[in-house]
Amino acid sequence: MKALKLIAGGAALFAAASVAQAGTTFDAVQKRGFVQCGVSTGVAGFSIADSKGKWTGLDVDFCHAVAATMFGDASKVKFTPLSVQQRFTALQSAEVDLLSRGTTQTITRDTTLGLIGTGVDFYDSQGIMVKKASGVKSAKDLAGATICLQPGTTTQLNLADWFRAHKIEFKTVVIDKLDEALGAFVAGRCDAYTTDKSALAALRTTLANPDQYVILPENFSKEPLGPMVRQGDEQWFNVVRWTLNAMLEAEEYGVTSKNVDEELKSTNPNVQRILGVTPGIGKGMGVDDKWAYNIVKQVGNYGEVFDRNVGKDSALKLDRGLNAQYRDGGIQYGWPIR
Amino acid sequence: MNSSLPRRPPARRLGWHDPGVRSAIYQILAVGAVALAVWFLISNLLHNLSARHITTGFAFLHREAGFDIGETLLDYSPASTYGRAIWIGILNTLLVSALGVVFSTLLGTLVGIGRLSRNWLVAKLAMLYVEAVRNVPLLLQLFFWYSLITESMPGPRQAHRPLPDVFLSNRGLKIPALHGESVDGMLLGLVLALVGIVVLRYWGRRRQQATGRPFALGRWALGLIVVLPGLGWLLSGRHLALEVPVLRGFNFAGGWTLSPELAALLVGLVVYTTAFTAEVVRAGIQAVDAGQWEAANSLGLRRGLVLRLVVLPQALRVIVPPMTSQYLNLVKNSSLAVAIGYPDIVSILDTMMNQTGQAIEGVLLIMAAYLTVSLTIAFFMNWYNRRVALVER
Repeated sequence: MKALKLIAGGAALFAAASVAQAGTTFDAVQKRGFVQCGVSTGVAGFSIADSKGKWTGLDVDFCHAVAATMFGDASKVKFTPLSVQQRFTALQSAEVDLLSRGTTQTITRDTTLGLIGTGVDFYDSQGIMVKKASGVKSAKDLAGATICLQPGTTTQLNLADWFRAHKIEFKTVVIDKLDEALGAFVAGRCDAYTTDKSALAALRTTLANPDQYVILPENFSKEPLGPMVRQGDEQWFNVVRWTLNAMLEAEEYGVTSKNVDEELKSTNPNVQRILGVTPGIGKGMGVDDKWAYNIVKQVGNYGEVFDRNVGKDSALKLDRGLNAQYRDGGIQYGWPIR
Repeated sequence: MNSSLPRRPPARRLGWHDPGVRSAIYQILAVGAVALAVWFLISNLLHNLSARHITTGFAFLHREAGFDIGETLLDYSPASTYGRAIWIGILNTLLVSALGVVFSTLLGTLVGIGRLSRNWLVAKLAMLYVEAVRNVPLLLQLFFWYSLITESMPGPRQAHRPLPDVFLSNRGLKIPALHGESVDGMLLGLVLALVGIVVLRYWGRRRQQATGRPFALGRWALGLIVVLPGLGWLLSGRHLALEVPVLRGFNFAGGWTLSPELAALLVGLVVYTTAFTAEVVRAGIQAVDAGQWEAANSLGLRRGLVLRLVVLPQALRVIVPPMTSQYLNLVKNSSLAVAIGYPDIVSILDTMMNQTGQAIEGVLLIMAAYLTVSLTIAFFMNWYNRRVALVER
């Protein structure tokens, strides 16, 4: 891992200056013929590779959707697994075209890294998991507790902020590797384990007795997770941003991967614009007018992708919660495709 | 005859055929090429950073760190600055390195001598230890020690209690700690006493060499160690209490703690490095000529005394240089701490790099920290090496 970091640093030293010029990411992707997508090293439901090396998950499907927008073919994507430490350097040095690995959107990240977020594909919050046997019902009961976590994310800051705000003493054990950090919690070195709630739910399914662990109700933070791209290429930024909005819009108007061909005949002007029946929208982005049709046909709308990977049809069984459409009480909201 | 006349040496012509000039030109060219390459890399780097709107510089060191550190030698809270957090990390690295160097030297000497023991069992056990330990990757050994401690120890509520007020659990070893205003004064007294003993020992030896009168160091040393900290206690107002660890909620409060992370890292580093230092010691002893053993034996010295008075002082000349390398290895290996949750300098700078995004500054700081520590050790060991080296007359 250290070696990888050094290589990333070396790449930053040698990389030609031209990669940061406007419009070049879009052109480079088009010329290369596939999207190079930075994903996590393995979070069930979001991005994880199976034994054959096939990637699945919400973040992975978003990469497929971007490929569908660019090439009309969702399979034209390659994945680079990145640790939390490697992710920004990899994007900065143009090793990947976009990050789709549950990255929290913050002002510091948008303003000091030379990167920019394109939207929110999953509203998460940081939570804390304890053993049921400990009898802890609320994070406020955790005075003096030791908490295991992985380093280098906003997790560490949110935790410290929350406990400082509530004037509760705590101790942390920060372990680099997920297996070791989680193992220390299971073995009893720590009283609690903290990370984003979606990840806690995913991790819990991998433990020996999932029902012996509870996720406490408190939310330590707002974690709007979403894709990021490099600054300086607005055309590419638009492709990534509007891919997500198209998926949300498709869900809102009831267009799914199953009925998308019938919906081509829809008389609803919104649906006609989304599916490219009314021409002109794709051209403005520099892609085929059928871009959103291709996303929905090959990947699915946002609701389908959610249910399949992390929702009711998955092992994680997460509620839609904040990620429901705005009309269903959530805060997900596709910007108008018009 | 012509040949008997002193021939005037040919006038030295500065030119390509002069080897001195040639080598100077080569050297200037080589230095120039390296400088050019460095300049190219750095200017390219700065250009790329600014083209990508990435903030550079060390101003972030004064910003609030915002994260907690599990183990600190100085006061630290999430409200402290990044600069302070880095100091905490450096001190943690120094702590584990210093303890590791001391223990692996002592154990390495014992195991090294053990390998040469005439007792079959001791020699074979020492060999088995060395071969088993030095052939298994250190990271694996650290994981082993860490899980051994966290998995085998009970929770704080069921903690072992080997002595009154001493608790052993998966939260670490808790022992009563001295507490109060006089602690600093007594520590100062202790340091002064140690300095005094070193000075007295030096003076005593000089006197013995000059006058032949031996100096009873032991008595004086004991006196200093008792009197000076006692004086510190009296002068600083006699505020001293024993703080006993008490189980409160999830963990013990009060007392002094040896955390599982520090313990696992220290044991791992010491066990691993000892295998190497033992071999260094063995090689050093075997490098001493057999005649020295025979000569010492014929004087009627016991084996222990032969080792201590005759062989080891000579072996040190061979031992010190490779030992320096082992110390440096130990310091650098301590960066594996990040794998088992001990907050060393690498672990803290990793967190910092991620929160500030300033990876280049972070890597530079890590390099500077290790370089400083390593050069200090190398400097000290080279000085010691010169002291024990054979003085040829």
